[in-house]
Amino acid sequence: MAYKKRLDGRKFDELRPITAEVGVIPNAIGSAYFKIGKTGAYAAVYGPRDLYPRFLKNPKRGVLRCNYNMMPFSGAGDRVRPGTSRRSKEISLVTNQALLPVVNLDDFPNSVVDVFVELNETDAGSRCAGICAASMALADAGIEMKDLVGAISIGIVDGQVVLDLDYQEEAYKDGHVADVPMAYIPSMDKISLLQCDGRIKKDDLLKGLEMGKKAAKQLIEIQKKALKAKFEVPK
Amino acid sequence: MNKGKRDHVIHYLNNNIRYDGRKKEEYREISVETGVIRTAEGSARVKFGETEVIAGVKFEVGKPYPDSPDAGTMMVNAELIPMSSPDFESGPPGIVAIELARVVDRGIRESGAIDFKKLCIKHGELVWTIIVDIVPVNAFGNLFDVASLAVMSAIKNAKFPELDGEKIDYKKLTKNSIPMEEEPISVTVLKIGDHLIVDPIPDEEKVLDARLTVATLKDETIVAMQKGGELSLSTEDIKSMIEISIKKAKEIRKFLK
Amino acid sequence: MEKGKLLIKDKEVVVPGEVLAQGMSYLPSQGTYRKGNDVIASKLGLARVEGNVVKIIPVSGRYLPKKGDVIIAKVTDINIAGWTVDTNSAYRAMLSMKDATSDFIRRGSDLTRYFDIDDYMVTKIFNVTSQNLVDLTMKGPGLKKLEGGRIMTVSPSKVPRIIGKQGSMVSMIKQATSCNIIVGQNGVVFVKGINPEDEILTVKTIKKIEEESHVAGLTDKIKEFLDKKSKKR
Repeated sequence: MAYKKRLDGRKFDELRPITAEVGVIPNAIGSAYFKIGKTGAYAAVYGPRDLYPRFLKNPKRGVLRCNYNMMPFSGAGDRVRPGTSRRSKEISLVTNQALLPVVNLDDFPNSVVDVFVELNETDAGSRCAGICAASMALADAGIEMKDLVGAISIGIVDGQVVLDLDYQEEAYKDGHVADVPMAYIPSMDKISLLQCDGRIKKDDLLKGLEMGKKAAKQLIEIQKKALKAKFEVPK
Repeated sequence: MNKGKRDHVIHYLNNNIRYDGRKKEEYREISVETGVIRTAEGSARVKFGETEVIAGVKFEVGKPYPDSPDAGTMMVNAELIPMSSPDFESGPPGIVAIELARVVDRGIRESGAIDFKKLCIKHGELVWTIIVDIVPVNAFGNLFDVASLAVMSAIKNAKFPELDGEKIDYKKLTKNSIPMEEEPISVTVLKIGDHLIVDPIPDEEKVLDARLTVATLKDETIVAMQKGGELSLSTEDIKSMIEISIKKAKEIRKFLK
Repeated sequence: MEKGKLLIKDKEVVVPGEVLAQGMSYLPSQGTYRKGNDVIASKLGLARVEGNVVKIIPVSGRYLPKKGDVIIAKVTDINIAGWTVDTNSAYRAMLSMKDATSDFIRRGSDLTRYFDIDDYMVTKIFNVTSQNLVDLTMKGPGLKKLEGGRIMTVSPSKVPRIIGKQGSMVSMIKQATSCNIIVGQNGVVFVKGINPEDEILTVKTIKKIEEESHVAGLTDKIKEFLDKKSKKR
């Protein structure tokens, strides 16, 4: 275990600095911007609205449709070619699954709630930032939700379990790295997003998950504050 | 086109007032911030009222075009992402995005603002390519002018990254900017009935008869134009629209840092 | 039953997932749900406590068509049996020939004589199916085609604030601007004034109410706003 001090000086269970703001896109029904370290994500909610193509309609409840995209200039190095990729389609899918358990669209059969997540700058942890932004945007849009969702990455860098890996840590060459993005719903005590990329022992993973759950609760407090800030009395 | 809506907009213009209370040649509140995207080598965020656009500059290196072995290249791309408006759909750029990108590109390229020969690294073998991406965050009218100002601001803000042979190190930026010879400013004028307005909001764009986007330099030289809309224009109209464009470009130019 | 515990104040802003009250003596109403012993918020909005009933007044959200609502809608299509209409919601509505007018419409006659595409109307929802298909009627007091004027949209959750207690807020605006104002339950608002400045002042006032609907003393603030703006002209 050689990773004794984090590259950016943070504690092993410390989050990067976070800013969160709600209502940033006036055209949308609900919207938010969530930035953690140097990773920033917009989320905009449109709907419930009519759904095309027709075969996607669900007569029992509305459909949640999340779309993840990186702006071309948001990549940590090379330009990101515009358009969908296999990666962005997969992230759209897991983002949807992360949010679905809290959302209740029973009142809106045959309709769709579109959530657009757009990253304007990335430094690892983009899908989690996107989920946090989407959680705020859905609440801002007046969608019925059991709870907010907190998403963060945990993982291991050269034997040390850490919270919120940044790009340098993900790309760490001197030891094994595992990147585990997760999303947590506190009121249900359930995890709605879980992926793992890399080598990690079971005990370390479980330790990491507990770290992640604690952090997710902090993220939800931040989301809560941003949502309530909208109601501050204007000067 | 909604005839009732058009009549009502014209009724307002006949009374010298816009749908949102502005005068015909009045812009919404403008703000320009540069260096807003750390992962881009140059960037700008421009707002005209509720329309917000981000432009980002990325550098690449590659072989020059065979017919210009000593010149670098530039590409301007626009993505009208569905996040920014309920009217935009997912998918590859449609004609609206393509026209926007090409008009913004022409305004800068044809002005000679960038001397592409200065982007040559090794004659016939290696040149710089500047790629500028336009992304609206909230689309609420006048994307042409907002995007043009954002792209110009982003290009001015850009710094070349370090080059190690043929590999770019994006983590290290040099202090060198893109040498700019000129600074074109783009102004779009709309014709609705007998009235000419600038900086339209969507209610006005939906009922336009014609529009003329004109890019001009500090000395009032015209470097690019684009006429849009289904109505044809008389030379009188065109003269008036160009005059408004030149006059307004002076105001907009103050925002170019 | 043991006395429960209320964790929030009346009119406090709450977010989804926030625990509002503990104990079975508190009853969850709209915008809340019960989980075990707790009453939890399921919408962003203002919590209201009336006796032991806890509910949320949402501040956003798209319109859900409801039987009996009077709305402002726009014609998007004309077919053999009537008109397809946009209700500013996820659901299109149908206005059939028999519900459009008391006149007898001969089969095959030109329906645009009554309503053309892009026409706006004040109309009433007389039926909503389980799949949220909506049927409209034009037969009733105050229901009519709208001519002239301009249309603005607000969040449907703000409609009660804009109308005010027994119409007091909207009447105040009407008096100050001399505009005809019709507020649809679906958040679509029709404004028609004698001159553009009056209409613009009405639109700005309604937008201000929308933005500050949660602020106490709003009625006085709006009165002040209208007085100030009217004097300027």
